[in-house]
Amino acid sequence: MKTILYFFIGILFGITLFKSEAASWFRIYEMFQFKSFHMYGIIGSALCLGIIITQSIKRTMIKSFFGQPLVIKDKEKSVKSNLYGGVFFGLGWALVGACPGPIFVLLGAGYFPILVLLFFATLGTYVYGKIKDRLPH
Amino acid sequence: MNWIFEPWPWYIGGPLIALVMLLLLLSEKKFGMSSNLRTICAALGAGKSTPFFDYNWKDQQWNLVVITGALVGGFIAANYMSNQAIVTLHPDVVSQLHGMGIQDAGKAYMPEKLFGDTSWTDGKVLSILALGGFLVGFGARYAGGCTSGHAISGLSNLQLPSAIAVVGFFVGGIIMNHFLIQFLL
Repeated sequence: MKTILYFFIGILFGITLFKSEAASWFRIYEMFQFKSFHMYGIIGSALCLGIIITQSIKRTMIKSFFGQPLVIKDKEKSVKSNLYGGVFFGLGWALVGACPGPIFVLLGAGYFPILVLLFFATLGTYVYGKIKDRLPH
Repeated sequence: MNWIFEPWPWYIGGPLIALVMLLLLLSEKKFGMSSNLRTICAALGAGKSTPFFDYNWKDQQWNLVVITGALVGGFIAANYMSNQAIVTLHPDVVSQLHGMGIQDAGKAYMPEKLFGDTSWTDGKVLSILALGGFLVGFGARYAGGCTSGHAISGLSNLQLPSAIAVVGFFVGGIIMNHFLIQFLL
C-alpha cells in the first residue's frame, strides 16, 4: 500500500520535472547564464511554499498519513564538505544539465545516453564513499 | 485542457515540486533524490568493502520506488502529455549555443549532440557525460545532498549547511557555464 503511494508521488514528480522543463539541459544552461527567470521561478516558488510547509509542520502537531508525529531532521553541518561538495556538484550540473532526479526522468523520457551519466554518477558516489575519510570535511 | 500538452510555466512547476515534498513529509519520508545513488551502491554490495555503504539499504527502498515513479512519470510526460516538447530559450542563449555547435537550441527539449543516438559512438560526448555524471554523483554525496535535498528540502527547513551547499552549486555551475563548457563541448 505504502509502495503504491511512493510510486505515485514519484510519477507526479517525474511529470512535473519534465513538463516544467526543469529536466531540460537547455534550461539549466540558460539558468547559469541568468537569461531567464524560469528556473529561478520554479526553485523560488517551490522554496517559498516549502518554507511555509516545513515551518508549519514543525510548529503544529500535524500527523503523518499513518498517524505518527512528524519529525524533520536537521542537515549535518560541516562547512567544508557542503561547500567543496557543492562546487563539484555545480560543475557537473552545469555540464550535463541533470541532477539526480532528472537523470531518471530523462531515462524514462527516452534519452538513453543518460545511462552513461547514471553509471558515472553512481561511480562518483561510490568513489566518495571510498575516499571520504581522506577528504576535508 | 490544451495547457497540459504545452510546457508548464514556473508557477505550476514550482508549487507541484513543493507538493511532492509535502506528500513525502506526510509519508514520514524526505525529499532527496541523490540518496538513491548511495542506496544503489549499497544494494550492489559496496558495503562489504566500504563502511559508508554498510547499512540496511532496504530501509531506503521507498526512495527507489519514488525514483522509479519519476522514471515512469518522465515516460508518460514525454509520450502522452506533450505535443512536441520544445524548450523556448532566450534568443541570446540560442545564438550562443549555435556558436558552440548545438544547432537544435530553441528547437528541441534536449541537445541531440549530447543525448541523441550518435552519443554512443562519439568518444568526446561519452567523456562529457561520464565527467559530468561523476561530478554530480561525487559532489552530491560530498555536499550531503543535491538540488532536491539541499536547495528545496534543506533551505525550506532553514538549514545553514544547505545554504552553503547551494552557494557551492552556483559557484561550480557558474565556473563551468561561463569559463569551461565552451572548451569541452
